Amino acid sequence: MDILVCARKVPDTAENEIALNRAGNDIERDDLVYTVNEADNYAVEAALQITEKFAGSVTVVTVGGDNDDDVPRREMAMGAHHGVLLADESFNGSDGRGIATILKAYVQRNHFDLILTGAQGEDGAAQVGGMLAAMLDYPFASLVSSIEVLDGGKLRIGREIEGGNREMNEIDLPCVLSIQTGINEPRYVGMRGIRQVASIPIAVLDASDLGLDTAPVGAVAARVIRTDYFVPPAGGARVLAGSRPEIAEELLEIVMSKRGLS
Amino acid sequence: MEYPSPAAANYWGIPGRTLFALLCLLGTFCFCWIIARRLKPLARAQDDPRFDRPLARLRNVLQYWLLQWRHPRYPLAGTLHLFIFAGFLVLAVRAFAMLIVGVSATFVPPGGPAYDVLRAYAATVVFAAVTAAALRRLIAKPARYQPPAGSGKGRPADAIFLLGLIGILMLADGLIESSAAAGQARSLPALSLAWLLQQAFASLSSPTLRGLYLGGYLLHALTFFFLLCYRPFGIQFHVETSLFTIYFAKLDRELLKPVRWGVPAENLDRLKSLGVKSFEDFTWKHMLDFYSCADCGRCSDQCPAYAVGRALSPRFLTTKARDYSFRHYPVLGSAANGTPLAGNLYSEEEIWSCTTCGACERECPLLIEYIDKIVDLRRGLVDDRRVPQPLQKPLKALEVRGNPYGKPERKRADWANAEVPVLNGADAHQDTLYFVDSITSYDDRIQAIGRATAGILSEAGVHFGILGAAESDSGHDVRRFGEETLFLALRDYNTQAIRRAGVRHIVTSDPHAYNGLKHDYTGLPPVEHTSQVIARAVRTGTIRFDPLANRNDVYTYHDPCYLGRHNQIFDDPRYVLDAIPGMKRVEMSRCRDRSFCCGGGGLALFHEVKEDERMGVRRVRMAAEAGANVMVTACPFCMVNLEDAIKVAGMEGQMAVIDLVELAAQQVVRQAVLPALGKGVN
Repeated sequence: MDILVCARKVPDTAENEIALNRAGNDIERDDLVYTVNEADNYAVEAALQITEKFAGSVTVVTVGGDNDDDVPRREMAMGAHHGVLLADESFNGSDGRGIATILKAYVQRNHFDLILTGAQGEDGAAQVGGMLAAMLDYPFASLVSSIEVLDGGKLRIGREIEGGNREMNEIDLPCVLSIQTGINEPRYVGMRGIRQVASIPIAVLDASDLGLDTAPVGAVAARVIRTDYFVPPAGGARVLAGSRPEIAEELLEIVMSKRGLS
Repeated sequence: MEYPSPAAANYWGIPGRTLFALLCLLGTFCFCWIIARRLKPLARAQDDPRFDRPLARLRNVLQYWLLQWRHPRYPLAGTLHLFIFAGFLVLAVRAFAMLIVGVSATFVPPGGPAYDVLRAYAATVVFAAVTAAALRRLIAKPARYQPPAGSGKGRPADAIFLLGLIGILMLADGLIESSAAAGQARSLPALSLAWLLQQAFASLSSPTLRGLYLGGYLLHALTFFFLLCYRPFGIQFHVETSLFTIYFAKLDRELLKPVRWGVPAENLDRLKSLGVKSFEDFTWKHMLDFYSCADCGRCSDQCPAYAVGRALSPRFLTTKARDYSFRHYPVLGSAANGTPLAGNLYSEEEIWSCTTCGACERECPLLIEYIDKIVDLRRGLVDDRRVPQPLQKPLKALEVRGNPYGKPERKRADWANAEVPVLNGADAHQDTLYFVDSITSYDDRIQAIGRATAGILSEAGVHFGILGAAESDSGHDVRRFGEETLFLALRDYNTQAIRRAGVRHIVTSDPHAYNGLKHDYTGLPPVEHTSQVIARAVRTGTIRFDPLANRNDVYTYHDPCYLGRHNQIFDDPRYVLDAIPGMKRVEMSRCRDRSFCCGGGGLALFHEVKEDERMGVRRVRMAAEAGANVMVTACPFCMVNLEDAIKVAGMEGQMAVIDLVELAAQQVVRQAVLPALGKGVN
């Protein structure tokens, strides 16, 4: 099975202290460390587990700037077979629909049985997977928490429903799935792994390589524009007092009232 | 009357000489065959250069083999073993002489009257010792011989059988001696085993005595060769291998084994695979360790991971590998190629459960190595990208930001409130680097240790500075968690930064950084732990301490593994404590080189292992049992683990922890220019 995983770069929330910029419409990016979006690693792991069982290949594609080849490269250090960077001046500032349009152009020039995305970009809107599926006219399932390959070009996929319930679906290939974190345990990418793929060339494709009409992509075509960015006031912390059973009881009440347990 | 020698006697019509010659040949052939098969995996193993420094190795043989140096650490079992071992040494000449007597009627065994007396008592002592050891296994059943929970039942029969065979050997010897003496009306050393038998045989007829003599001889020869060929099948193999295991034992215990001997760090990227993944990835010496383990259980008895119910028993780590070797390299039949070890022979949980505290290695009477094996197994897992999820984030943060918390580099010196100079290599006045390391730089609680360190160094008259944002994590525990490539990157980065600083001394309050800079790094100025610097300052009178305010407190010192066991710094911290007027100090039952690990440092803080109880909780209880209400440690990781443990154990208000530098900074009579820094103590 040939699988495409769409991954992208985000500011690493674990390794940054996020602060707003002066204009207040974005975060201060000068001192940031970037990383592959966490959920995308789960998608790559899911793809690798499928190809380890049923043969095939895993290709990781990212839409980004000229220097963003480290995203597919890191996923190749994880074990992905191919990495592709879609980069073009005209792509800058694309909204979700623009990104989906670029990815669609890439998918149509290749053959993939299955397309995976992370459930959501850490700074994103969980929209590209669904839009890409619609543009390709593929079936789509979001927040997938288990994948089982069935005979006859089908998958059985599990989805988590609000409240901890699960539903199972059958879906025809080719399809697009957005992968929930927790579906697996992504394998470790060490420095040695990264060095071993450091010299492997990553294909860089621009708009003309993709045969893409740039009118619907980029900042000009974007129809969703961020106008503000702020940190909401904190909810406040409380220190519970009393004996241990009392504390435990109170804690349970709070959790229940926030519908954390069911 | 004089008996005919066994060589000249007839056994069921077979001339004794022929019978014993055949027995000798068969026994020797079988033994050589088995040993050749046992050596087979060693020939396929990784290289391990252990042929250097013969004098140091012979010294080890003298101390740990001949003098059995570590055995008395377990007084009863150790003493029994001492007796058996000494008896064996005395009887070795006799045993070989007896074999020759079987084939030569004219051979006169070497020795003399003195040796005859000595060996008679040696046999008696060995017999008594194996009897006592067997009874101990049958009746007292010490807990450390039991297998870990869930690993099946113990096999006391193995040990009893071996002890029984030795007993039979001694009885046979006594039988030969006593029947001959009874026949000759010769007196034997009083109260020896042979003497006792002689008394029992007093009324027997001459032909009966002759039968006993020849029968005893045959029994001796049969038992001797059976034992010889049986030993390479279990714990008793150490009789043959221990001498070699100790001779080839690791001399530089403080150095971690390189990924592969003979491959310099810069060429590691060219290796196809790192670490131990299959049995043949172990070095030949490590395989020899597996053969040599006597299953005495002291390693696991001391192991903190085993004590709190983690999935690790160092003893089983070894015996499982030995059994694996016997299964895959059988005495008869062809050697089978191994399966991956992790996930089969060892669970991943087991491999990640070790804190590398070194208690097992410190205890093993045969100097068997454990940490190198654990780290090699981890290197294999890391290379296969199998790293527990909770460790992946800190490892990536270390790669990207040089600290496991993922905090910005520019905040690395925030703890110092800009009161400690950042070294730039230009100011020769500051000749000492205070290497802070990540936890002291970033952890809110531990930053106080950093400030106390700066304060006490000033009082001690040390002209020091820090690297600030140019410092990176020492990588000490990155390396011990198997991420060699990342460690090398951190090491190279720090080495350059330290060289640029142009200092002549390095000081740190973090034993992990201390051990790393001292042993994992090369080409750095000498490294000291603050406890050494403070002890010197007290000795020279540079600093003095005010009396303790609260005279009711009872202190106990917890030896951090990487300061004590790994670097033998036991006395300096205690000396500093005892220099504080009004100090009441007690020792925990597990102290100094038997200190009980608090739960592990570095990445261990990020990795929750399945266990029944936290090591730190166990340790805090030990302090309470010793009668202390303040624990003093000298390691930031111990501080984190012990403070957590006090909360978990519900002992807040009854037990407190303070770092040695915090206590010193709190008690020091102030003279120096950095008064504010010393006030960081909570």
